[in-house]
Amino acid sequence: MQTYKLMVNGQAREVSVDPGTPLLWVLREELKMTGTKYGCGISACGACTVHLAGVATRSCVVPVSLIGDRPIVTIEAIGQDRVGRVVQDAWVAEDVVQCGYCQSGQIMSAVALLKIRRNPSDADIEESMGGNICRCGTYVRIRKAIKAASQQLA
Amino acid sequence: MATTGMLNSKSALSRRSFLRVSATAAGGLIVSLYFDFPLLAQAPQAKTYPPDAFVHIQREGKIVIQVNRLEFGQGVQTALPVLLADEMDADWSQVIAELAPAADVYKDPVFGIQMVGGSGSIAHSFQQYRELGAKTRAMLVAAAAQQWKVPAAQCRTEASVVHGPGGRSAKYGDLADAAAHVPVPENVALKNASEFKLIGKDTRRLDSRVKCDGSLKFGLDLDLPGMKVALVAHPPIFGGTPKSIDDKEARSIPNVMDVFEIPTISQGTAIVVVADKFWTAKQARDRLAIDWGFSRIEPADTAQLRAKYKELARTPGSVAVSRGDLSVLEGISAANRIEAEYEFPYLAHAPMEPLNTTVRFDGDHAEVWAGSQFQTIDQMAIAQTLGLKPEQVTFHTEMAGGGFGRRATPDSHVQREAAAIAKHCRGIPVKLIWTREDDVQGGYYRPMHAHRIEVGIGADGMPAAWRHVIVGQSIGAGTPFASFLIKNGVDETAVEGVADNPYEIPNFSVSAHHPTVNVPVLWWRSVGHTHTAFVMETLVDELATRAATDPVAYRQKLLKPEAKKIRGVIDLMDEKSAPWRNHLAEGHAAGVACHEAFGTSVACAVDVSIENKRPKIHRATVAVDCGTAVNPLTVESQFQAGLSFGVSQLMAKGAITFKNGHPEQNNFDGYTPPYIVDAPVDVDVHIVPSTETPSGCGEPPVPVISPAVVNALFRLTGKRYRTLPLLSL
Repeated sequence: MQTYKLMVNGQAREVSVDPGTPLLWVLREELKMTGTKYGCGISACGACTVHLAGVATRSCVVPVSLIGDRPIVTIEAIGQDRVGRVVQDAWVAEDVVQCGYCQSGQIMSAVALLKIRRNPSDADIEESMGGNICRCGTYVRIRKAIKAASQQLA
Repeated sequence: MATTGMLNSKSALSRRSFLRVSATAAGGLIVSLYFDFPLLAQAPQAKTYPPDAFVHIQREGKIVIQVNRLEFGQGVQTALPVLLADEMDADWSQVIAELAPAADVYKDPVFGIQMVGGSGSIAHSFQQYRELGAKTRAMLVAAAAQQWKVPAAQCRTEASVVHGPGGRSAKYGDLADAAAHVPVPENVALKNASEFKLIGKDTRRLDSRVKCDGSLKFGLDLDLPGMKVALVAHPPIFGGTPKSIDDKEARSIPNVMDVFEIPTISQGTAIVVVADKFWTAKQARDRLAIDWGFSRIEPADTAQLRAKYKELARTPGSVAVSRGDLSVLEGISAANRIEAEYEFPYLAHAPMEPLNTTVRFDGDHAEVWAGSQFQTIDQMAIAQTLGLKPEQVTFHTEMAGGGFGRRATPDSHVQREAAAIAKHCRGIPVKLIWTREDDVQGGYYRPMHAHRIEVGIGADGMPAAWRHVIVGQSIGAGTPFASFLIKNGVDETAVEGVADNPYEIPNFSVSAHHPTVNVPVLWWRSVGHTHTAFVMETLVDELATRAATDPVAYRQKLLKPEAKKIRGVIDLMDEKSAPWRNHLAEGHAAGVACHEAFGTSVACAVDVSIENKRPKIHRATVAVDCGTAVNPLTVESQFQAGLSFGVSQLMAKGAITFKNGHPEQNNFDGYTPPYIVDAPVDVDVHIVPSTETPSGCGEPPVPVISPAVVNALFRLTGKRYRTLPLLSL
């Protein structure tokens, strides 16, 4: 067990865990922030995507010991960010979700994309969203919502 | 849309009568209204579900509606309240939906158990929820009429307000207490379709926002005081049992509470690790040293099964359908015959939320939290495991992250496991979690299948004779559903979509073999239609090519005269897709397919090219006839996304295979569902206007896409694709 200081959604948090514990499980079980989802544990589905120092990151394969002072932003706080809020609103307006389990990760990936590319092409979307599985298959509406959010942000 | 399911509506009547036998205790529809009484209003804020309530009108005007089945993406959590609220003239902005716990009143009115399956949710509860709404409305009106001393007939309702003569009005919330004392009317008139305010209009989902901000709690997110987490080391071959276990290292990890054995449903033994948290339990499980024994187990092996199935398909099986004279086939020259062999692999459902169930057992009572498609069956299984009566098991329905049939297991194996663990850990709530590896390797797959078809083509280019043999494990065998799924040795779920196909084929036979294999199988979204539609729609396409006829025109000609519903969707698809089908880009081709499943007719056209040796689906046009579209927005959504789900069958890594009894895939790197790049870029959905009784939309989107895509690929490569998954092009 070791103690780590983390900056999560703008708040300083402290956890005592095994150094190998993935950030995903620190968020879910230590900090009780369950918006970030477990889907595969091998960074193959994107359900656990968070922003680590602004970069979309699969939290299921990042051990807590490697985070250091990089700030973490999760789905619970992404709505406080302008791009995040616009993306969430677009998701609701386009009625994107079905089971919804993957959508935290989809939204975190989409926000990361729109922060670097305000007017993404279909190819940009396929690249940035390319690692997020939606088993229900809501991809058509995800594309539409990203384009709608992009227009909102323009 | 019951995103998942199993039971073919064609034979719903016989199944219905079977299920009613076990359902008589339900006593049919019970309408109950629970209003806030002063005493209750002061009760603790604990979330309680009155067992027989559907509608709860709160004084401040909120209307809480109980949804009698699981929500796992299909949209019933919105659509069922739409039905009730429309007849009730409720203010939709005040409606809150909750998933009901397991209870008799929440059993499916047709199936007689509480469940989601067979795309039956809307079809079966359409009348039920409308009547509930109309009766609630009548009671509110009666309460207002009594207060005002006017005839009820002089009152009208709108947006949660009763209006009476002389400009009087009262809000539903203010009438709630009085209405609770009004007798429940036996008969109420329902609205005509022209009077609907919500039904037939686009309604956004009620659960969107909470699924976009991370606040919605799925079963896996449950956190209870004192809760522990359990992981299970399952035998790597179904039915295996440990010869020896060394758990010293596992137990040495801090916060590992216990390691113990439980029996598995496949008569093997599994090892349970209970710890404070998931990550601890996972570390401990990884450190178990288990020497597994597999005596008396016949290991499954895909290569051997393929050879065996191929051989079996050359012999006639148990007869599902036989009409006309199949000897006609022998009289047709080889040049006018097609002999086709198809192969389909095992498929895992792989819902995004891994399987989980939480149970707390207190000796004479148990409490369960699970995202279940089969509440009644799971509740009974847990009760049985714990030596309780079902009514001693409080069963909370948790929102589930997908399911596609995987949460509808007739043997309730996950719930039995969770109950066995809770029994060992008496008094402690324990959350059983299956990792993704457990899920991908854990069985309950769409069965592997082989089809062999001989078609004799008549002088007019149409099929004169068709002999069809299907080989695959029975899903129903050995389950409580066996007696009504299996007829004359044929499991209907293996032949549905072929046996009842809509084409005019004068001499036609379908038979089936159901070998026994040591791999548990299950219904996978659209069940038999996953493979039968692929075979029918690719073969009919091949026949059209041979006849040098447009594939749409060929289908229109081949349809039985009475197949009006499917003809309607083919015509609509043709009309809507013609503009782009006639102007395809260089290197693109169009493919079409149509199919009817669960009472819903679907036709689909796709625009496909080849990119990186894979099909790129640029566009799909879909036409649907599902009777009354209760929420057209959900219908559109289900079809758009359901097509993507259907692409699972075409993925290069879209198969579970076995070597010496072991599944060869263990996560999404080996068994890969479609990513955004694999899914259609755009899908336009066209709904046939209808006021007929609704049919389902959860499963019907799935079957059409894979045949449509390979039919397009044929036009690009000249090859027919009869073996799935679809390897490199």
